[in-house]
Amino acid sequence: MVVIARSGARRWVSSADTAAVTAGVRVGMAAAKAQALFCGLMMVDADPVADAKALQRLSLWALKIYSPVVAVDGADGIVLDTEGADHLQGGEAMMISGIANRFRPKGLTARVAIADTWGAAHACARTISRETVIVPAGQTVKAVERLPISRLRLPEKTVSDLRTLGFRTLGELSATPRAPLALRFGPEIGRRLDQMFGRVSEPIDPVRTPDLIVVSRSFAEPIGAAETIDKYVGRLVVELVEKLQERGLGIRRADLLVEKVDGTRQAIRAGTAKPARDIAWLTKLFRDRTEKIEPGFGIEKLSLAAVMAEPLEETQSVSTLVDDTDRDITPLIDIFGNRGHRVYRYAAVASDVPERSVRRIAATAADVLETWTLHWPRPTRLLAHPDPIDVIALLPDQPPVSFTWRGKRRRVKRADGPERVFGEWWKRDSESAAVRDYFTLEDEAGERFWVFRSGDGENLETGSHRWFLHGIFA
Amino acid sequence: MTAARAQVLTELRDRIATLERSVPRQAGWLPFGVVAIDAVLPGGGLARGALHEIAGGGSGTVDGAAAALFAAGIAARTKGKVVWCLTRPDLFFPALAQVGLDANRVVFVEVDREEDVLASMEEGLSHGGLGAVVGELVRLPMTASRRLQLAAEKSGTLGLVVRRWRRQTEANDFGQPTASTTRWRVSVLPSVALPVPGVGRPQWFLELMRVKSGECAEFTVGACDAQGRIHLSADAADRSHPSRRSGYSA
Repeated sequence: MVVIARSGARRWVSSADTAAVTAGVRVGMAAAKAQALFCGLMMVDADPVADAKALQRLSLWALKIYSPVVAVDGADGIVLDTEGADHLQGGEAMMISGIANRFRPKGLTARVAIADTWGAAHACARTISRETVIVPAGQTVKAVERLPISRLRLPEKTVSDLRTLGFRTLGELSATPRAPLALRFGPEIGRRLDQMFGRVSEPIDPVRTPDLIVVSRSFAEPIGAAETIDKYVGRLVVELVEKLQERGLGIRRADLLVEKVDGTRQAIRAGTAKPARDIAWLTKLFRDRTEKIEPGFGIEKLSLAAVMAEPLEETQSVSTLVDDTDRDITPLIDIFGNRGHRVYRYAAVASDVPERSVRRIAATAADVLETWTLHWPRPTRLLAHPDPIDVIALLPDQPPVSFTWRGKRRRVKRADGPERVFGEWWKRDSESAAVRDYFTLEDEAGERFWVFRSGDGENLETGSHRWFLHGIFA
Repeated sequence: MTAARAQVLTELRDRIATLERSVPRQAGWLPFGVVAIDAVLPGGGLARGALHEIAGGGSGTVDGAAAALFAAGIAARTKGKVVWCLTRPDLFFPALAQVGLDANRVVFVEVDREEDVLASMEEGLSHGGLGAVVGELVRLPMTASRRLQLAAEKSGTLGLVVRRWRRQTEANDFGQPTASTTRWRVSVLPSVALPVPGVGRPQWFLELMRVKSGECAEFTVGACDAQGRIHLSADAADRSHPSRRSGYSA
């Protein structure tokens, strides 16, 4: 299957699926030639207007979820400024694999790249064969030098002329003296190269929906002092909250867009765990991070947009004579979350295998009533990977007499056990016979440890009969 | 004569107390429920709205197991949410649940850097309305501890710092002065002997190394029970493990 685009009287292949590519169809080929190559080729007419609309919708979706600054990039992509926004998705790697995963169930293939500049990310995303790539900060030159010159966002005519001159890769082009190139092709090549390597800035003009709630303030004189920024952020929050109040909405995600005198933009995104319309809470979230703003030569305009808002109804607070209700700590959790820390609670899982008996849940999740069934003491610290230890013990079910852990031999004075833990054969086939025997050991100095023997001590099928230290008791 | 002297002393104490802090402390105290321990603490318990430091002894300086459980026992006896800031997430929550800490009450904040633990603790302490804020730290400089102490005083939240070092030799750091109100060291002792083979109730050697306007003391206690309470061991006189004690005392 191929998509046929029309330019003038010429009909050419603008994209082809994998089956067509294996049959020899190439992008840019004339439609008639493609048809001749492969009998029964399905041809669909390209619809640039619908494509552009879909891309616009896609960018609005990305604006809501991923980044405050999103724009349509060319005819086939969107560009996001993710600086200061990736922490809400758990970091850059998590974010881009998340983006790719969201497209896959729809039958679409997305190529996602993160780089220092728009130009570099544009080139990488269109060249890579993998789904995602992250170009580490400061390594743009290394990442793009092997890419073809067609990725430089130049007019097609220039690209083909450069090819005629023998240029193949961006590395070759950037190593060539500028003056002769500029004389022949104009300043465009130099500009694109500089944009790619971050030598000149290339601000992204963000898309906005008409129903987006935005408040902004322009300054006659550029501002730069931290206190001034704080003051105006505070005022913007008040204005935004008023607007939200009219509509009965609460913020889930808000963006502070800083426009500077030199035409660059910086965005700060803050998320909340539940809809919020509290002035103090929101001000705190932004003020906490205004130190990240680099005013440069001065700030011309500050705008605050509620990108994601959810209905929030006023609720009457329950007043009791016995003041025993816990204060809501969601604002505190939001502060930690926006700083990029991992915030969670532990909850019980019905599993006898110690490392599987706890799971992390969101800090704002509803209370879990289920708890651990605690017949035996459990160690305060649990090693992420059980440490192998050398043990002298009588098989099958006597506790060790002594053991050596981290180079120190300890004689066991008192011991409890075994506590047998069976593998979860109903979940994992590999554990159908697995057994661990846990012992609590106390050495002569009174230090208490949780060790286990993999296997029941008789049957080698149940485990390797090696000993491990798994936890440390208080 | 003695009555007059007592009155003068009380007045002096009050004046010193008002000089020490501009706002009078109203947060109160959290008693241990053990007469001998509460007696040595001014106010009759751990001051709320103050910072308390807890370290382990021996290899507990590295694993911090006993120190963390002691802190969990204290946090379990407070009301409200508990914020626990750490860099190394190796706590096994079932153990904390066994000393009466409800998993729904504890919000963990896992950060990458030590400084972020300090910042998160300060944020939690100044937020107010929390039962306790616990942080696991390697280093606690004077300035940082002062900030935490002030934040705790302001909101009346109980601040607990579990000191935990990378190496046992680094634990000398615990001798450095900080602004915390009390400083404890918890070392493990052999468990209570049972008439049958097995491990009995764990015992700790609890050293109160420093307390503001109070005297140092040491106790042999039974580890936290299901409500987070400690109790004096019956064989408190048995000090058969002097080698486990610190080489210095504050």
